Amino acid sequence: MQHGKYRFIVGFLAAPLALYALFVIWPFIQSIYYSFTDWTGLSPEFGMVGFDNYSRMLDDEIFWKSLQHSLTFAVVLPLVTVGLALFFAFMLNVGGRRRRGAAIAGVRGSSFYKIVYFFPQVLSIAIVALLFQFAYNPNSGAINSVLKGVGLGSVQPDWLGDPDLALICVMVVLVWSTVGFFVVLFSAGMASIPRDFYEAALLDGANRFTTFFKITLPLLWDTVQSGWIYMGILALGAESFAVVQIMTVGPSGGGPDYSTIVLPLYVYQKAFRDGQAAYATTIGVALLLLTLAFAAVVMKVGRRERLEF
Amino acid sequence: MKTTDTVPTGVENPGSPGGPGAGVTKTAPPVPRRTAKAEGATLNVFSHGVLIIWAIMVVTPLLWAVMTSFKTDRAIFTSPWALPDKLHFENWSRAWTEAHMSDYFLNTILVVGGSLFGTLLLGSMAAYVLARFDFPGSRFIYFLFIGGMSFPIILALVPLFYVMQNMALLNTLHGLILVYIAYSLPFTVFFLTAFFRTLPSSVAEAAFVDGASHTRTFFQVMLPMAKPGLISVGIFNFLGQWNQYLLPTVLNTEPEGKVLSQGLVQLAVSQGYKGDWSGLFAGLVMAMLPVLAAYIIFQRQVVAGLTAGAVK
Repeated sequence: MQHGKYRFIVGFLAAPLALYALFVIWPFIQSIYYSFTDWTGLSPEFGMVGFDNYSRMLDDEIFWKSLQHSLTFAVVLPLVTVGLALFFAFMLNVGGRRRRGAAIAGVRGSSFYKIVYFFPQVLSIAIVALLFQFAYNPNSGAINSVLKGVGLGSVQPDWLGDPDLALICVMVVLVWSTVGFFVVLFSAGMASIPRDFYEAALLDGANRFTTFFKITLPLLWDTVQSGWIYMGILALGAESFAVVQIMTVGPSGGGPDYSTIVLPLYVYQKAFRDGQAAYATTIGVALLLLTLAFAAVVMKVGRRERLEF
Repeated sequence: MKTTDTVPTGVENPGSPGGPGAGVTKTAPPVPRRTAKAEGATLNVFSHGVLIIWAIMVVTPLLWAVMTSFKTDRAIFTSPWALPDKLHFENWSRAWTEAHMSDYFLNTILVVGGSLFGTLLLGSMAAYVLARFDFPGSRFIYFLFIGGMSFPIILALVPLFYVMQNMALLNTLHGLILVYIAYSLPFTVFFLTAFFRTLPSSVAEAAFVDGASHTRTFFQVMLPMAKPGLISVGIFNFLGQWNQYLLPTVLNTEPEGKVLSQGLVQLAVSQGYKGDWSGLFAGLVMAMLPVLAAYIIFQRQVVAGLTAGAVK
């Protein structure tokens, strides 16, 4: 097996590694370096400024606003999405009428529900954001005309235009588009839990809600934890950028009075709207640290002894 | 990775979603001989209730968009929930030609076609070497690849923009293809490395003993064996690249070179003063339908492909 082994390895790795290094690794390293410069991005000249960008960031009110919103996303979105998805998946798997002696049974048509719930997952987040932008339209949007239709004509919120509501509206869209994925994911995990466990627990007098916390959740813990991290990274990254940039008003997104600005969008605005590339990379580094900290916290808090079954 | 049909009674035809009500089944209470059984029946009604509500919440915005795409601009604003007076197909033809949806589709097909092929080829080459050969630095290279999965892309995009500019790749479709491939490699390498490790090594050894070179063994023996893995990761990458929004928004800003998702956003911004909302909705639905149709046809594979990574 040794003949020509290294020539083969080099030959096969060269192209993918070169592409990856040039377009992914190298820009990452560069951006950390640039965060210590005063580079504008518009001209090739720049000088080293040490930690100036970082101290400027700590005094930047809009940075703190976007950090706060991104943190809210990272905490609230996994909680709501994973919670809802667990609830639906549990209903799908044990909510059925029992048949012929089985202790638990899935609801009828559970595969139909799973197909429908998964729809938003295959759509571009840009399309979803545009769609909901229309639904939220205060004058003739779908939501406000429903409110009018049921006699709540006096309640006509401004939705995305209201600084107090805009952030919630954006989060609802992200929940709507991601719950289905986790329902399918958790449902597959639940289906692999042996039915005898439920049978034994029910015989011992446990009700179905106890079985969720005593059987389902502990046995599903690994999947829930990776789902949690996955959702958090999504809420901190490209998905939140797209939704906020497309849906919310204001100069190139960010909502009224920066009420929906998030870190990735702020990086984008600083780099490509304001010509402050170095400062943009500084905020990007903060986002990187936040992402890594989030993953570390979830792993640490969520640590459990692995259950084999 | 079996993710569907875990319940034997799920017999609704997957080809016809049939609207939000199709999941309703008989919920006549069974004879409550024991309290446990009564509890089960209550739970059953409750489960169907909440499950149907969410199904309606998922389907309604999509159906509303389809309906709206056939209405006149006036009707969209005066009665957003009313059915169209007649099917205004001219919205669709306007969107296809005047609003450049045909260009956006063509660009997207070119970019995704090229980058999907490149991702699978380069990804499987790298993964194969990392999975089957021991050499100094192999673990480092592996972690270099998978590290890219959790980093925020936006951080790299600021310098990448200028790297692309210097190489004259900015605002070109082939430049976008290369970037798509590079950013798809982490997950592809991660997934396929795990997959190649599960394949038996005896077949490759036999081919090698018979005089096949490493390269030939890979292309003629190992790659065909890895087909299921390639399909899963291919579907994952296809949807990710087809729906990509962030990368083209930063790196591909020429109006005529736009891909679907950013083209639609562009359309929405410009319709703000042109006022052709019906055309925009037609464009939205046009972009939505092929993916939804493909999903319904291949739903088993799509679900397996998309959930494969999270389970690992």
